[in-house]
Amino acid sequence: MSWEIVIGLETHAQLSTRSKIFSGAATAFGAPPNTQACAVDIALPGVLPVLNVEAVDKAIRFGIAVGATINRRSIFARKNYFYPDLPKGYQISQYEIPVVSGGGVAFRVGNTEKTVRLVRAHLEEDAGKSLHEDFHGMSGIDLNRAGTPLLEIVSEPDMRSAEEAVAYARTLHALVRWIEICDGNMQEGSFRCDANVSVRPEGSDQLGTRREIKNLNSFRFLQHAIDYEANWQIEQLEEGKCIEQATVLFDPDKAQTRLMRTKEEAHDYRYFPDPDLLPLEIDEDWIERIRAQMPELPAARQSRYQSDLALSQHDAASLVAGREVADYFDAVLSAVGADDTKATAKLIVNWISGELAAALNRAELELSESPVTAAALAGLISRIMDNTLSSKLAKEVFDGLWKGEGSADEIIEKRGLTQISDSNAIEKLVEEVLAANPQQATDYRGGKQKAFNALVGQVMKASKGKANPAQVNEILRRKLDSC
Amino acid sequence: MIDSSLKQLSADLAARKISSVELTRAYLDRIESNNAAINAFITIDPDASLRQAQAADKRIARGDAQPLTGIPVAHKDIWCAKGWRTTCGSRMLENFRSPYDAHVIERFNAAGAVILGKTNMDEFAMGSSNENSWFGPVKNPWDTEYVPGGSSGGSAAAVAAALAPAATGTDTGGSIRQPAALCGVSGLKPTYGVVSRYGMIAFASSLDQGGPLARSSEDLALLLDTMAGFDARDSTSLERPPEAYTRRLDEPLAGLRIGLPKEYFGEGISADVRKSVEDAIDEYRKLGATTVDIRLPASDLSVPAYYVIAPAEASSNLARYDGVRYGYRAESYDNLLDMYCKTRAQGFGSEVKRRILVGTYVLSHGYYDAYYLQAQRIRRLIARDFAQAFEQCDVIVSPTSPSTAFRIGERTADPVKMYLSDIFTIAANLAGLPGMSIPCGLDAAGLPVGLQIIGNYFTETRMLNVANVYQKQTDWHLRRSPIASNSS
Repeated sequence: MSWEIVIGLETHAQLSTRSKIFSGAATAFGAPPNTQACAVDIALPGVLPVLNVEAVDKAIRFGIAVGATINRRSIFARKNYFYPDLPKGYQISQYEIPVVSGGGVAFRVGNTEKTVRLVRAHLEEDAGKSLHEDFHGMSGIDLNRAGTPLLEIVSEPDMRSAEEAVAYARTLHALVRWIEICDGNMQEGSFRCDANVSVRPEGSDQLGTRREIKNLNSFRFLQHAIDYEANWQIEQLEEGKCIEQATVLFDPDKAQTRLMRTKEEAHDYRYFPDPDLLPLEIDEDWIERIRAQMPELPAARQSRYQSDLALSQHDAASLVAGREVADYFDAVLSAVGADDTKATAKLIVNWISGELAAALNRAELELSESPVTAAALAGLISRIMDNTLSSKLAKEVFDGLWKGEGSADEIIEKRGLTQISDSNAIEKLVEEVLAANPQQATDYRGGKQKAFNALVGQVMKASKGKANPAQVNEILRRKLDSC
Repeated sequence: MIDSSLKQLSADLAARKISSVELTRAYLDRIESNNAAINAFITIDPDASLRQAQAADKRIARGDAQPLTGIPVAHKDIWCAKGWRTTCGSRMLENFRSPYDAHVIERFNAAGAVILGKTNMDEFAMGSSNENSWFGPVKNPWDTEYVPGGSSGGSAAAVAAALAPAATGTDTGGSIRQPAALCGVSGLKPTYGVVSRYGMIAFASSLDQGGPLARSSEDLALLLDTMAGFDARDSTSLERPPEAYTRRLDEPLAGLRIGLPKEYFGEGISADVRKSVEDAIDEYRKLGATTVDIRLPASDLSVPAYYVIAPAEASSNLARYDGVRYGYRAESYDNLLDMYCKTRAQGFGSEVKRRILVGTYVLSHGYYDAYYLQAQRIRRLIARDFAQAFEQCDVIVSPTSPSTAFRIGERTADPVKMYLSDIFTIAANLAGLPGMSIPCGLDAAGLPVGLQIIGNYFTETRMLNVANVYQKQTDWHLRRSPIASNSS
């Protein structure tokens, strides 16, 4: 039998607010334990939560970005359970009525367009952390993270492979960073996914029993965990066993999932509206105020690149894969200020995805840390556009830019890299090469194209690579054909 | 000095006839001599109180005193006060010393009042007799065989025994009004949202409201001036223009329409209570008020609805007492679950555990709709009843409690019978309305009877006027319990 894999993701995006969702304590990562936990965060007797409006702003931003409904009235509820790093004995979340309902996320997997529908996105607070090492058999509790705002984004079970799930998660990750609601730092847990995985016979319209893989904080883990889990479920079913609804954990070392608890062991969270918080009322003005502050969204930017700059779908998509890349591209383009924006745009894309990407990759740097600024790259692009630099020379200039030797023009000057475009000078070089290589000239005239390429190489060598290759070609051909 | 009203004390302090230190010391001496008989205080800290009194005296000398500057006030041990042990009547918080001040405490401190001590209460404010305190029952100063009511029993008893000129309490289902009635003092539960709940240890968040207890409605008004006010740290606190609650105390009552709910004058009211309340209503008629019979049809549902909503909220509010960060932790345990179980089994008393269990049950999957949601619907019905009633009347008057104080131990075996002593007070909490209780008589045994006045939202000023004019004509609020009459 062939099987279909069905995946839905629940993603926790930590909202990049300065203070916590219900208290004034700071949210910065990495502070010494319990130094960013105030009376509210440690749940002293008598303290009360007060909603941080900045978290709501960011939730609205998300709702607008995914074309969702922003609910005019949503409710904070208490999710009750005991855990040492949950100071109140309940988590404040949204249950029946979330702040954001519906919407969707579109992306491509290979050559296929795909849209994953969203069920909802709701605001909630994070718990603290239990530290099980270094306490001589006891556990330490760090409440710095307690009360950090999260947006939990719940998808429909619309994905059919680990690749689709990863593509969705990557798109969502880029989006939350693009609209500046989450720093996306997966190592620090700012963006993490739970994957609901089930399998069913191909063609079936019934969903299989799902198991939920908790807390996947890298795309690689997401891929491996789903692959393993789906295969495991298929094996079980093919052996005639049933899948029991359960929550599982992924062990990255073994690349396996293991049972955490079954449905029978699941908590009854006893959700009820939090009486300490009023319903969250969002009026039209609030939404419009946020809408006015929204950056151009990736999809809009991509279609603009395709229509205005005639970039290919592939190129445009690669630029909008991250806000930094797209903004960098825009900055280079506007600094070049060329007349022929289409040719320039294509050239810039090639440089960003070629030399720059390779250099960043080698140095293990992010674009934001690039030693070559957008202005610097623009200087280089300008010199290519005006034929000062051949592509070969341009690579040398880029090397200089990377090493911080100054602007493109300064490097050209310092290294003497100006392209030779003077026809007389090139003609002289060609004549010298032809005189020194009579056999190859004869071979070319006898019909050997290879001989022509060798002669071009000789001319370029003689010019130390500075001759304009197009002119070399043209002059050489003219000379050979005319004798 | 001990018999003076707050207004008189304030005037005497301002005129330097007495000092705050003298006044505070006099009350501390009275606590010293008499607290053992009634157990009204859990904690006193004479040094801390006298330091505040000295500061108040300096402030008075500087000439920037406010009406409460230098006046000692006893606080229910539910309010967090920085540096003070704050127990909430529970073993769970027996040694909890608050690192911060409740909003109400901040306001009293800013006004220059003196914290006289922390008063006894039913554990986590759950109870109607003050028998549920880890620190032992409070006794009624009128007869120490009897309960003072609860949960603010320590505050009511302290005022009734003249161990404090005034006190604070909290009222979730009658916890200010019922003990005020049983101890023969005046007590006011304001409209929900008027007094900040920040730093008031939560029992049932949607019902809890702090308020004052004192000897007269005039004193209550002075106290409420200080207690009330917007606080951004409580999302349910209401932002309203400041109100001077003392400004209309003496307005004549001619034209006042008093609503008498049929449901609050039915079976189950003791004859003495009925007689005293009817006499009070006659007094109001003499003062120019008219009475109108009103209906509150959902009344009989208030106790059941309350005993779903309050425990539900409490079961969640009390989850933080888990032995992890502060408060009581069992001495020995095998693992985390065992630590939780033993800590909470040992740290909470039986009534608190009963309500946590009830609350957990009504919120559980499969029961939520039938209990919690249904109770919320009843709550809306009750609010609607009142809204309709207030189209016909300005205030609603009834007995505060169906009977006067009962004997210690009499109702502990029967929780439902205990719960019924709040039958007339609970509805105001469910609707969020202000309610007060003032003394209106003594029963055959010489125990006080309370008259309840319920007003529409934000009509505390009018209610205080209604109570004050009555108190100017009568002397029930001036009657003294035997302990208050002790000279030391």
